[in-house]
Amino acid sequence: MFDTALGWGWGRRHPVASATRLLLYAAVVVVFCGPLLAVFSGAFDAGADPSRMSLIPHDPTLENFQVAAEQGLWHFFLNSVVIAGGALLLQVAVSVFAAYALARKRFRGQALVLLAILATMMLPEEIIAIPLSLVLGDLPLLHLDLRGSLLGVILPLGGWGFSIFVMSEFMKEIPAELEEAARVDGASEMRIFGQIILPLCRPALGVIVIFGFTMIWDQYLLPLIVAETPDDYTLTVALASLRSDPSVGPGALLAGSLLALLPSLAVYLAFQRTFMSGLVAGAVKG
Amino acid sequence: MTARAGGTAIADDGARSPGAGRAGAPPRPAADHRRRPHRSRGLRLVPWLFLAPALILFLYFKYIPMARGLWMSFFNVRPFLGDEWIGLANYGRVFTDESFRSAMGHTLVLATAQTAGAMILGFVLALLLEGKARTLWVVRSAAFLPVVTAIAVVGEVWRLLYFAGDQGMLNTLFGLLGFGPEKFLDDPRTALWWVILVGVWKHAPYDMMIILAGLAGIDRQHYEAAALEGASLLQRIRHVTIPALRPVITILVTLACIRGLRVFTEVFVLTGGGPAGATDVVMTRIYALGFDAGDLGFASAASVLLFLTTLVLTVAVTVYRRRREI
Repeated sequence: MFDTALGWGWGRRHPVASATRLLLYAAVVVVFCGPLLAVFSGAFDAGADPSRMSLIPHDPTLENFQVAAEQGLWHFFLNSVVIAGGALLLQVAVSVFAAYALARKRFRGQALVLLAILATMMLPEEIIAIPLSLVLGDLPLLHLDLRGSLLGVILPLGGWGFSIFVMSEFMKEIPAELEEAARVDGASEMRIFGQIILPLCRPALGVIVIFGFTMIWDQYLLPLIVAETPDDYTLTVALASLRSDPSVGPGALLAGSLLALLPSLAVYLAFQRTFMSGLVAGAVKG
Repeated sequence: MTARAGGTAIADDGARSPGAGRAGAPPRPAADHRRRPHRSRGLRLVPWLFLAPALILFLYFKYIPMARGLWMSFFNVRPFLGDEWIGLANYGRVFTDESFRSAMGHTLVLATAQTAGAMILGFVLALLLEGKARTLWVVRSAAFLPVVTAIAVVGEVWRLLYFAGDQGMLNTLFGLLGFGPEKFLDDPRTALWWVILVGVWKHAPYDMMIILAGLAGIDRQHYEAAALEGASLLQRIRHVTIPALRPVITILVTLACIRGLRVFTEVFVLTGGGPAGATDVVMTRIYALGFDAGDLGFASAASVLLFLTTLVLTVAVTVYRRRREI
């Protein structure tokens, strides 16, 4: 009788109750997806001014994209793609290396390292924005100026406590026997890491790739403080500069929004199962 | 523990340091050490080599900035003139500066209202959409889309929906329902609430998904037992569902509060803190002070205080988790 907290099994037998439920579901979808669907239609709608935003384009056109392209849409998109690719690669590599040491080794100072990594999760860009922009302008010892370069966005995103912890929790579960057998056979450290541990971590790799991408694609403040000229903007930051155009109104902005929306949407829809498992684990345990 | 035994043996291999020979490390033949003394010393470095990339990145982009921010917060930072030590004066200004105080007030209202709103809506959605039917799965997946959408996109889209003219999309809708037109973000008295609504819209589906995971863990027999004793739907939710979800809700609320306290992008995109500072929050103020006004000492002091507040909340939730063992 009670499959759910509400115990709504009876709904199936009463047409009125069923209809009510369907209406509620429809309302939920409209409220949460409606605004995003409006982006889809608006991006392809000629003269999509706010008054005419709707779910179906009145006058389908690609003009919005052309206007946005003149304002650098593809350049911003390329910036975003390069940052997402570079930062994700770096982040995943850094995380699996660090997780290997944390999960498969015992060494002095381990507890301290764990605490140090945990502490970084309390130092998001918001908290350190001001000094971070100074440090990025002149890296201590190296005296490099990363402002105005994509590396200035990529490098700070390279270390992410969340993916280190997800990875290391997973690696802890791998039986020691596998590793010891390889060690007896004289396998080197890198070989054990690369050929034994890493291939077993594919599910966790999926989680950190998907969450890493979503997190990097969502960045706003970091690219904003790294940028020296509007040319350095990522797509998310550049949206504001597409806001109003004399010829297509908010059309260019909607074209840009669509482009910023699609990659994260595609990743979510393609890897939904992995996404949900990581989400629940991350919220309740991490 | 067993999974680590191999690592233990390697890390301590041949190193007759006080830390060597921990329980669980399988004994190694002594000859091994004599034959390869150099290699075993190198092995102690192995974990550090693997950790090096992460630690270097964290050092440069987390710890050094944090230390520098803390240091700057005690100075009147003046380019070209040299910094002047002023002790805690910047911190004093945080609490006396009129615009900063109102920004702190807005932040508290936003964090509280957004957290509560998202939690209540998320809870209702979770109850509504719990179940194994395919339709429900589709509706849940669709409702989750705002969570994965980049926050800047969310902000820009809602700016358009909130278009203040009576032709705006929401105003058109309001017109059909017989009220409005609203000025939304242009009205200093209500702008903050419209900003909060966007956050509720974005975060409620997240709370919903986590609560759904919690609902799945509740023993169905509790519901049956409550129903047999004649408990109504509301009584069941109040006495069975909510107590079972309490740990999850506590964590969600704390994390949402922390997120709310350091909110930046939503507000920056939607209103930039306007109109006339009506939606200014701590982070937009820090941004304006640091990057527009160049008042780095003041901005740093405010950042340090923001950090301390989130630190207290984080420690609280960690202690709570430890005690509950979740």
